[in-house]
Amino acid sequence: MTTDLLAESPAVPGSRTPQRIRPSAPSPWSRVGRALRHVLLLSVVAVALYPVLWMIVSSLRPDGAIFGNPSLVLNTFEIANYTRGWDALGAPFSTYLLNSAIVVAGAIIGNLITCSMAAYAFARLRFRFKKQAFAVMLLMIMLPVHVVIVPQYVIWAQAGLVNTFWPLIIPKFLATDGFFVFLMVQFIRGLPRELDEAARLDGAGHARIFCQILLPLMAPALATTAIFTFIWTWNDFFGQLIYLTDPNLYTVPVALRSFIDAQSQSSYGSMFAMSVVSIIPLLVAFTVGQKYLIRGIATTGGK
Amino acid sequence: MSLAELQRMTRGRGEPRVKQETPDNKAALAFLGPWLVGVVALTIGPMAASLYLAFTDYNLLEDPRWVGLANFTRMLGDERLHKSLEVTFTYVLFGVPGQLIVALGLAVLLDRGMRGLTFYRSAFYLPSLLGSSVAIAVLWRLIFGGTGLFNSLLGAIGIPSSTSWIADPDTALATIVLLHVWTFGSPMVIFLAGLRQIPREYYEAASTDGAGPWKQFRSITLPLLTPIIFFNLVLAVINSFQAFTQAFVVSGGRGGPSDSTLFYTLYLYQEGFGAFRMGYASALAWLLVVIIGAFTLINFWASRYWVHYDD
Repeated sequence: MTTDLLAESPAVPGSRTPQRIRPSAPSPWSRVGRALRHVLLLSVVAVALYPVLWMIVSSLRPDGAIFGNPSLVLNTFEIANYTRGWDALGAPFSTYLLNSAIVVAGAIIGNLITCSMAAYAFARLRFRFKKQAFAVMLLMIMLPVHVVIVPQYVIWAQAGLVNTFWPLIIPKFLATDGFFVFLMVQFIRGLPRELDEAARLDGAGHARIFCQILLPLMAPALATTAIFTFIWTWNDFFGQLIYLTDPNLYTVPVALRSFIDAQSQSSYGSMFAMSVVSIIPLLVAFTVGQKYLIRGIATTGGK
Repeated sequence: MSLAELQRMTRGRGEPRVKQETPDNKAALAFLGPWLVGVVALTIGPMAASLYLAFTDYNLLEDPRWVGLANFTRMLGDERLHKSLEVTFTYVLFGVPGQLIVALGLAVLLDRGMRGLTFYRSAFYLPSLLGSSVAIAVLWRLIFGGTGLFNSLLGAIGIPSSTSWIADPDTALATIVLLHVWTFGSPMVIFLAGLRQIPREYYEAASTDGAGPWKQFRSITLPLLTPIIFFNLVLAVINSFQAFTQAFVVSGGRGGPSDSTLFYTLYLYQEGFGAFRMGYASALAWLLVVIIGAFTLINFWASRYWVHYDD
């Protein structure tokens, strides 16, 4: 199932062809049913999105007006929460945004390069122990990070790299995210082999076939990888919590969390404001990359 | 990770090969180089080390000291560990089915040529996008606090309440389960993709035979979707056992009140990176691997009785 989904060009269910719409003439009864379904779906949308909307609205309210006020109507437009929240912690919030951006950029570049290389080997090359290596790669996807975290921490500590971004970036340059290797293997398998073979007859080596023929065709899979890496790294908490203890190196999630500890000094309003700031990049990434995101989840079952 | 992939592997069917060519061992080594270094240095090596550490006493500063099975015998009497297992099992037991049922229900509602599918899908996916962020955990703390949104909503419908749902040991875990159910969007997208694979003709035939929507759901949709349900279930169980961020933030890193949100991974974190009992933390990590492995195997075993494959 997985490969066909990727190969299909309109892999977005929304662009489904009319064949799936009931062919029978709509009876009044089915029209009522349809309307009821919309009512039901819209109420679920309302319930599901209400907390997030309330957070956004509350971040624009004066502190005293946040609690005990479930409404989404905004009477005043208070920007003070944002200016106060921005400077509420040790460093301006821009520091944490920048730190997160560095980690995210490193992770994306690393995953794009090394996962696609590994995928090329698994999808197109013949080599010894390929089956075993592939099985190891799949098992790594399911392996809980906790079982390697202690020795990994020791490695980074002995290398003197705790409290740097390297423990969060270097693993991505070693294709440790098997999920993306798998995603790209599936994608390459869907591309016609004739392309490689024609290039090989023209004398192209693997490096050229990979860089000049497959990589451009893999753009959708690369986009899916980039957007998932963005979201997961932006949201990642465990790793960043463990490796970054210097407040100047805090990334957004770790900084936000320290807001709670500092709650007595800072206001709820500014906490909400910075929470909103922290999810804006996610919302932007979602809007831009929605197509690739949905396709990626439908194909491989990402989180 | 796909089922098709697993099946292909277990059946031992390779992919079609070009016979006359020589193996590309050298090229493979170059392309897989980074991955191989990662596997050896960051996965297999650390796994071996962590297995060794599980039998030691290790605080990062002094050399590990071999203690035999002491870490494992300690587990037997460790009440916080037992509590964390209870919390995590409860979370998996309610959170996973809860999330999957909501996801499946909405996917089925959405599937039959509904207008606005793209809008609904994005709106439903949004909680999954944000759900694992610290921002949402912070929000959850404030929603279910004593003066939080939830109580003001209850007040608005005439049930005044000042309970702090996250400070009450009886309800704190339920708020985190609810947070998990709220992120129904990503399994829903997988269900939608699965629903598209069901041939339209089945429904037409059933419709001609006079089967109503419920009958069609029971006898066509549900059986044909069981492989996808199974896939989602396996993934959700594996991921839920590793839940960390939300419990950490909602409970302020402590797993309270009264350890009622002491998730397994949170306890592991406290032991390893709070108390620096790295040996015990490694033993805990291996127990987690065994638990997740066992549940996955049980899932695969049980799937014989309810999952229908088309061949």
